[in-house]
Amino acid sequence: MSGLYRLQDTPLSLQEVVDAVSAHSQGGLVTFSGAIRDHSKGKRVTRLEYEAYGPMAQKKLAQIGAEAREKWPGTQIAVVHRLGTLVPGDLAVVIAASAPHRKDAFLACEYVIDRLKQDVPIWKKEFAEDGEVWVGLGP
Amino acid sequence: MKVTIRFFAAARERAKCNTLELELPSGVRVCELTVALLAKLPELGPLMPKLRIAVAEEFAGPDDVIPEGAEVALIPPVAGG
Repeated sequence: MSGLYRLQDTPLSLQEVVDAVSAHSQGGLVTFSGAIRDHSKGKRVTRLEYEAYGPMAQKKLAQIGAEAREKWPGTQIAVVHRLGTLVPGDLAVVIAASAPHRKDAFLACEYVIDRLKQDVPIWKKEFAEDGEVWVGLGP
Repeated sequence: MKVTIRFFAAARERAKCNTLELELPSGVRVCELTVALLAKLPELGPLMPKLRIAVAEEFAGPDDVIPEGAEVALIPPVAGG
């Protein structure tokens, strides 16, 4: 199993990424689920609209997974990110990292979500009660 | 050569289009493309300092040469997760 890296516009399954990195060699498995919050900077969020530069985003996810596997040999990584319109409570991203020992699984999982937020071309527009804004763009 | 530029998110909204084709000299560099692009779409100006440029699905620097046929994309600050 070399990893699972995908974008999709249907609901995410944490179980899918867990299954993708489970193996008898892997003693530790850590997951991250990113869900839509119902508030942002004191405002009530009604929905987020996600879009991506699909081919590049897929490629970047796989590159980040490869980086993690190089830093922590023996780890396995699975990441699936959702696109389209999401409402509070929906999962936007699910990540699983497994390793022979727990420490590497924790580190790899955190590494993947941190790198995803830096370099994977995915965008979200936040719709709140008082208007809409591209997240991360600043004023 | 013809270069196709793709726009996403805030860049797409400002450009009011998904893609644009520019006719540029062979061997053109990223920084020269951005000058030509701003001449064509000055409304991208305020956003430009925040954008990264991708060439053939990889982030590129200002001095990188754009290969024939490569797809160029404007990448606003990303916000995955």
